[in-house]
Amino acid sequence: MSEEIKKHRPPPDPNSAKYKLGQIAAKAYSDAQAAKDRGEPVGWCASNFPVEIPETLGLAVVYPENQAAGIAARGGGARLCEISEADGYSNDICAYARISLAYAKIKDAPEQNVPMPDFVLCCNNICNCMIKWYENLSRELNIPLIMIDIPFNPDYEVSDGELAYVKAQFWDAIHQLEALTGKKWSDERYREVMEYSGRTSRAWLAATACARYEPSPFNGFDLLNHMAVMVTARGKKEAAEAMETLLKEYEDNHEKGVSTFRAEEKYRIMFEGIACWPWLRVTSTGLKSRGINMVTTIYADAFGFIYKDFDDMCRAYCRVPNAINLELSRDKRIKLCRDNHVEGLLVHTNRSCKLWSGFMAEMSRQIGQACDIPVVSFDGDQADPRNFSEAQYDTRVQGLMEIMEARKEAM
Amino acid sequence: MYTLGIDIGSTTSKCAVLRDGAEKLAASLALGGIGTKGPAEALDGVLKDAGLALEDMAAVAATGYGRTRCEQAGMQASELTCHALGAHAAFPQVRTVVDIGGQDAKVISLVGEGRMRNFMMNDKCAAGTGRFLDVMASVLQIPLDELGSRAVRAESAAAVSSTCTVFAESEVISLLAGGVDMDALAAGICASVAGRTAALVKRLGVVPAVCMSGGVARNDGVRAALEAELGEPILVSPDAQLFGAVGAAIYAYKKAT
Repeated sequence: MSEEIKKHRPPPDPNSAKYKLGQIAAKAYSDAQAAKDRGEPVGWCASNFPVEIPETLGLAVVYPENQAAGIAARGGGARLCEISEADGYSNDICAYARISLAYAKIKDAPEQNVPMPDFVLCCNNICNCMIKWYENLSRELNIPLIMIDIPFNPDYEVSDGELAYVKAQFWDAIHQLEALTGKKWSDERYREVMEYSGRTSRAWLAATACARYEPSPFNGFDLLNHMAVMVTARGKKEAAEAMETLLKEYEDNHEKGVSTFRAEEKYRIMFEGIACWPWLRVTSTGLKSRGINMVTTIYADAFGFIYKDFDDMCRAYCRVPNAINLELSRDKRIKLCRDNHVEGLLVHTNRSCKLWSGFMAEMSRQIGQACDIPVVSFDGDQADPRNFSEAQYDTRVQGLMEIMEARKEAM
Repeated sequence: MYTLGIDIGSTTSKCAVLRDGAEKLAASLALGGIGTKGPAEALDGVLKDAGLALEDMAAVAATGYGRTRCEQAGMQASELTCHALGAHAAFPQVRTVVDIGGQDAKVISLVGEGRMRNFMMNDKCAAGTGRFLDVMASVLQIPLDELGSRAVRAESAAAVSSTCTVFAESEVISLLAGGVDMDALAAGICASVAGRTAALVKRLGVVPAVCMSGGVARNDGVRAALEAELGEPILVSPDAQLFGAVGAAIYAYKKAT
């Protein structure tokens, strides 16, 4: 059946954003492998590590979180998790970490191979589990760890003290990488990268903001695929161009009254949490079959970084979603709900992500109250398929849909 | 107009036939849920009692975990909506419904006319559900129905964990081995379920009147412990286990009219 469908699928348009973004995401891996083959050092890099640093230095890096998501989406999550668990890692630990640590051991996963690293770049602005994960990679593979500590920020603004602390570490990381790889920092090249990163981010955020249109010109699940480029290549010229194409397509869709959401958009929701990669199709279909479009998620916007200089870049990395307090996190989400006319909130209680999920019981209650929308949560995992029940998900999504339907009928 | 509601749960199947979305003509309950003979038995039973045939139904709605696989139903609704409608039909003043079923626990917040405002469900763990009580009754080697009656006559309740069914089972075995009174153990088990459920209710907000639906509503021990936890009386109908099926029949009526 699937073979039959594949045969009838039209060839991808090479000028489309989808095609370009897919190529860029794939090229990030092949470029890294090519660098490795040339004998150049390659790094493994945390997703919210300042990508501008390796990009400016001309260093090839790959992203274990992105790799783990790819492996999980293609069905390899449980296999690799079990390898880590057999080595003593608890299944309470982040599944991305378990997959990555397993990969570091077996060095092969047909779902998504990457070159083995010569150094690892860690930044804990996304979570503190990351520190031990990267420390263990460094130790197991006997390679250097370059660590940037961005503390959790209880305030709304980034203080001068925090900026100084983080900025010094950014420069220290640059100097360590220069010493390690022989590459040299260039201010001119940095300005170029900053410009591309800014262009990419502006286009990306403008594209995701097209969800304000009713109906939305896109299926929110598209964002989960496209964001791979935001994670891995936002400082590249091609990424900026592809994101600008994406924005244009969404604006054109709106003008023409079409959408990549292939159903009637009856309800609009915000999705909270990392995607449930092993069950992406199930989670997507459960919504689409009921006319529910997940129009917005902070997970996608999290990788849009806009700044004007080096100091501002440091501040931007201090304000990523997982490094900020509940009130600021809540306010950002409330804005997304209001800007995009959201009617319900679906929360992924992600067993892998204690930080994000721990916050969420109270934060989602406050969002629901402020926006007067129903809030429903389901248990799942970003990469371990064993932590999800399709029947439970289905009941919760149907319940959410029925509340939204009843509210509309009562209006 | 006759409508039929079919509630295919994890451990039992229930059916109800209503006239004009309000008057209950017949109801049935059969052991065995999805994937068993239970749904067919419940359906045969309700039609026989009502003296009607499937063709006499203006609309049929299915609910419960087996709702998507019910061939007789022309529509389906989640058990959340159906328990809300069923509870409202029995107690129009109800604003909070606590439904503890075989595999999950739900708390449903209602606005007027049985419309669901919001809901909260248990996580993946079986602790706090009917399955927990099944396992514990088996450990104590008493019928499930006896857990509640023993609990209400207990002078004290043994401390039983609500974190995990497997952990709690080990705990109960240890307590049994230590000679702890069976009634106190039953009370501890009921309190464990009530404690976990109360946390769900409090997260959603305790808005009176509160009622219980689902099979566990018949357990006086759980109900009394939950009343104590919430500080609110809990309404219980003898038909609490049928609320889902009745609600489905009401849903079918609303959709057909």
